[in-house]
Amino acid sequence: MVVTGRNGAGKSSLLRVVAGLVRIAAGHLTLDGGEPDAPIAEQAHYLGHQDALKPSLTVSENLQFWTEFFGAGRHAVEAALNTVDLSPLAGLPAAYLSAGQRRRLSIARLVGVPRPIWLLDEPTSALDAPSQKRLAELMRDHLAGGGMIVAAAHGPIGLERARELKLGDA
Amino acid sequence: MAIVDLANPTRFLNVVNRVLPWLAAITLVLFAVGLYRAMNAPDDYQQGATVKIMFLHVPAAWLGMFGWGLMTVAALGTLVWRHPLADVAGKAAAPIGAAFTFICLITGSLWGRPTWGTYWVWDARLTSMLVLLLLYFAVLALYWTAEEPGRGARAAAILSLVGAVNLPIIKFSVDWWNTLHQPASVFRTGGPTIDPALLAPLLIMAIAFTLLFVTLHLAAMRNEILRRRVRAMRLMQAQELAQVT
Amino acid sequence: MNAFTTLLIRDMRLATRVGGGALMGALFFLIVVVMMPFAIGPDLALLARIGPAILWLGALLASLLALDRLFATDHEDGSLDLLMMGSLPLELSVATKAIAHWLTTGLPLVLIAPVLGLMLNVELHAMGWLALTLLAGTPALTFIGLIGAALSVALRRGGLLLAVLVLPLTVPVLIFGVAAANAAIVGPTPFGPPFTILCALSLMSFVVGPIAAAAALRHGLE
Repeated sequence: MVVTGRNGAGKSSLLRVVAGLVRIAAGHLTLDGGEPDAPIAEQAHYLGHQDALKPSLTVSENLQFWTEFFGAGRHAVEAALNTVDLSPLAGLPAAYLSAGQRRRLSIARLVGVPRPIWLLDEPTSALDAPSQKRLAELMRDHLAGGGMIVAAAHGPIGLERARELKLGDA
Repeated sequence: MAIVDLANPTRFLNVVNRVLPWLAAITLVLFAVGLYRAMNAPDDYQQGATVKIMFLHVPAAWLGMFGWGLMTVAALGTLVWRHPLADVAGKAAAPIGAAFTFICLITGSLWGRPTWGTYWVWDARLTSMLVLLLLYFAVLALYWTAEEPGRGARAAAILSLVGAVNLPIIKFSVDWWNTLHQPASVFRTGGPTIDPALLAPLLIMAIAFTLLFVTLHLAAMRNEILRRRVRAMRLMQAQELAQVT
Repeated sequence: MNAFTTLLIRDMRLATRVGGGALMGALFFLIVVVMMPFAIGPDLALLARIGPAILWLGALLASLLALDRLFATDHEDGSLDLLMMGSLPLELSVATKAIAHWLTTGLPLVLIAPVLGLMLNVELHAMGWLALTLLAGTPALTFIGLIGAALSVALRRGGLLLAVLVLPLTVPVLIFGVAAANAAIVGPTPFGPPFTILCALSLMSFVVGPIAAAAALRHGLE
């Protein structure tokens, strides 16, 4: 599902609510087909505006931390870096990366740790055309594997047959 | 060859690479001579052999202060004359000056124990050296927290200058605040009061230590230049790969 | 490697690499303790008598001020959001960060305290006991300070707010820490009772601190 709307309409907040980062004032959120005991937050990936990267750690150290923290182990790092074409930079400090490369490293986190739900907040920002195509491929693979994506975007992000949720003036 | 010619880092590195082994050799020779003279110097009538800590303690004190002086000149070089290697010189001098100040404090403390009966007193001279050490730590902390070499450099230069201005003030205020430690015995208006038999080894050791400082300093500058080159190359590598994919 | 270990190692790496805060706490401790005699005067006998108090106050201030950035950096780069989405409960994540912080900031304080005690003319035999009280008490300072750090991130205020919030909570730790140290140095009073209470305070803070901090983060970051 793609969530659209003007700035300030509440797209990011909606994603954060689903991610469990903001408490729900009313109503409830359930996941059909997921694990019944685990909260949605533990079954989702959140790709926000920030990259959650530490500049003094290397590219692979950054990714390794997240894969291990989320329980996927360290062997997932190499494959994930390969998928986003960041393998040659693995030993460099994350401070040296451009904005697009940092974004790709964040996306590598989604690829390295398998979780059913992807919550993406303007995922194509800072990405150049080839990287956007790559992201679209990764998203299609995720959907094909039975995953779900909820993305907030201003324009097309490469998911053709997505349902659209328009926020703002009704 | 003028100083200006050494402004080019590559040329500087070439000069340093040629000069450094000689400097190191002369330093070693001077240390050998100095230590020999120090060992054979007469014992003090009151303190006995303990007085020989002086041969380590006093040069260390001088070089601790010399280090800050060097940093001040380097700071002027960075801020006023814009010499390209000035900030490298300042950054390289800081740890060495701090180390000598630290050695001065430790040897002084160990010397004080048998002589005065205590490891530490809050006397004017000791305290001003301690404050000097804290100033060194401040500059080192600044260098350590700056992630890019250039960013820390200007801030450290400013701190070095402020410290240089403040050091005499601190010295004066601490003197005012308290005075146990022996007053100046070498650089005095009346001439040295120290016995010539101890003065000669002291001066030899002082020169030896100064050459040690210079040797270490040049080597540290070389390391810093090389370190920055490595960093620049890695940055370029990251940027190139950003364009390819 | 499980989540706890990897978070611990990451935080310790961050603290010890360039730009981190590892030795800054110890440096601040050094400076504060050195400043005290300038204010109090160089009277060695007096300094020896209040030496434990000076060291404890210095350790307290150094621990607290170093906590300022504990959550701030993670909040600013979005890591805190992700930490809340892991399978490790937030309370444990927060406790892990506190442990890493104590290891890189608190432990150095304990290690240089004897050197500083020397400068304050504290008796040599008492140095070990003094360090022991700091060893038992600085974890309490870190874990209590955790609450303030979480609150200041949640409220988006920095620096002094943290100190204002947390200092009153650390009063018991200070009292019993100095009491134990004095008991070891001068004391007709035995070392045991205040020291045991100090340990108890630390243990309590290990539980209360993370729970309160996690609650503050959850409620504040909405």
